[in-house]
Amino acid sequence: MTEETKIKYQQPNARGYFGQYGGKFVPEILIPAVRALEEEYELASKDPSFNSQLNELLDEYVGRPTKLTFANRLTEHYGKARIYMKREDLCHTGAHKINNAIGQVLLAQRMGKKRIIAETGAGQHGVATATACAKFGLECVVYMGAEDMVRQKLNVDRMHLLGAEVRSVESGSKTLKDATNEAIRDWVTNVEDTFYIIGSVVGPHPYPMMVRNFHRVIGDETKRQIMKAEGKLPDYLIACVGGGSNAMGFFYPFIEEESVNIIGIEAAGFGVDSGKTAATLTKGTPGILHGSMSYLLHDKNGQIELAHSISAGLDYPGIGPEHSHLHDTKRVSYHAVTDDEAMEAVKLLSKKEGIIPALETAHAFAWLENLIPTTTEDQVVIVNCSGRGDKDMGTISENL
Amino acid sequence: MNRITQKFKEKAADEKLMSLFITAGYPDLESTVEIVLGMEEKGADMIELGMPFSDPLADGPTIQYSSDIAIKNGITIDKIFEMVVEIRKRSEIPIILMGYMNPVLRYGVQEFCEKASRSGVDGLILPDIPVDEDEIIREHAEANNLPLIHLVAPNSSDIRMKLADSKSSGFVYCVSVTGVTGARDGKEVSDSVDRFIERVRENIIGNPVMVGFGIKSHEDAKRIASNADGFIVGSALINTIKNSYPKPEWKQDLYSLVYSLKFGN
Repeated sequence: MTEETKIKYQQPNARGYFGQYGGKFVPEILIPAVRALEEEYELASKDPSFNSQLNELLDEYVGRPTKLTFANRLTEHYGKARIYMKREDLCHTGAHKINNAIGQVLLAQRMGKKRIIAETGAGQHGVATATACAKFGLECVVYMGAEDMVRQKLNVDRMHLLGAEVRSVESGSKTLKDATNEAIRDWVTNVEDTFYIIGSVVGPHPYPMMVRNFHRVIGDETKRQIMKAEGKLPDYLIACVGGGSNAMGFFYPFIEEESVNIIGIEAAGFGVDSGKTAATLTKGTPGILHGSMSYLLHDKNGQIELAHSISAGLDYPGIGPEHSHLHDTKRVSYHAVTDDEAMEAVKLLSKKEGIIPALETAHAFAWLENLIPTTTEDQVVIVNCSGRGDKDMGTISENL
Repeated sequence: MNRITQKFKEKAADEKLMSLFITAGYPDLESTVEIVLGMEEKGADMIELGMPFSDPLADGPTIQYSSDIAIKNGITIDKIFEMVVEIRKRSEIPIILMGYMNPVLRYGVQEFCEKASRSGVDGLILPDIPVDEDEIIREHAEANNLPLIHLVAPNSSDIRMKLADSKSSGFVYCVSVTGVTGARDGKEVSDSVDRFIERVRENIIGNPVMVGFGIKSHEDAKRIASNADGFIVGSALINTIKNSYPKPEWKQDLYSLVYSLKFGN
């Protein structure tokens, strides 16, 4: 296993706040559940047998460590900094999401919960959760927006095949935000026997911290791999950000490395000023949604706005509270790329590297167009290749 | 004295107070003031005026529906304050605003509390603000004499009940079942509620207790609130409006239900 980087950065605090963001803004009914989870996670994370079981699964089932691949033709194409890709697309089920799903299923088992619920946008977290539940023989119910079920039909079929029940959510925008509302309502109703596996670094404490920690293996491996390949730390890290789990896991072990410039890429949709966007940090202001305080897209009356992105996984009007904190403290710089720019990146990466990235992931690659011209040949850029694009072939075909 | 406290003081020993929830701006903006006054006339002792939010995660389909309609009708917090001002011209019924924190936060917590108090609001119920997080609003609520009313549920520990009691004023809201809001089959609620209310009574000694979630008839109310100070009905009212609006008799249908909830048929 990869050793974890020791870091002094201590977020969140005991109450689950990253600076002013985070907290536990949930109905009283859920307080016992989030408290129990907090206590159990604390115990489990210090338990050698839990960690060895988790690491064994990450190794033998998920396929970790994932590779760090030098993107030689993409590097040639831009002709400046050396570009590497952290290959989370090679994880079992095709994206980083499984790291967290496996971790939380192990916790659910430890807590004696037999029923698992999850929300999903692109379906990657739903597939990862259904996969982990199949592996452990647990009942699995996945909430998914009706619109997303059309956009990501292949993932719906995969979840069914894996034995999960997929419940179509018809309320609101029929996307990830509404699927999350429904999952929380289910949790409120069935809190005694049900474990809610949240798929991103969002929700009430301890989820943002816990999900980050289950994904930090991405950053820990990257650090070791780039030291071996280049003998130095990278100059830039880039990851896409919806809720922000792949980014948080990738960034976290580098937070105290001041020489590393860290960049998060949001989905601009049709453009950040188009009114059809998912660029939460770029266009939003602080508010409370789904159990925590963070930046949100909402109108002047505090009603949540409908996000838009070509990528279902980024189509969310909120963002993890730690990203809000890293944005305010300027440790991470956040930018946004449009649907069209992401599509161009899908094509470029496919042709130059033989990798068809997920539409989410393509947003991170699209930023190379802006970043690379400002770099020099001795610099190193690592993009988190968070998922593969097979699930998006329907949308990609329509936009070619 | 705060109107809620006054109401409990005036209550007869064997009387159960009835608090009625309706979504402000549902079924239309014009009717809210009138139906509040009409419901008072038919037996309502307190009113919970719902402040609609786009993502009401503690609410079932009925209140989600009424919230969506009210938002489409153009409801805002300022319009709700105007409604309260109108009601206050004609009534002293206690009015509690109930809603989620984000619209309040966006409005500005201080300004919200000041205007609510000035308009004649008597208390606040914020389901996504558990006692652990209520410092986000406590200072301004207290400065404006706006009681915060916290919720307890069947799975709340004795310690949490005591905490809710110490951090609430007016009353404590007892959620009768673990679940979202919505009218339920009476038996589903009553089976476990007795032991819960017993525990509530042992732990909550500083405030009256009102029971809500799932009550849809006088019989439900009598059974569920037998050991409480009163009961709360919401979704059953919204369902009645939904079924008869905009027929000419929709208000009469609502008022008949209100009367029967309090006094039986």
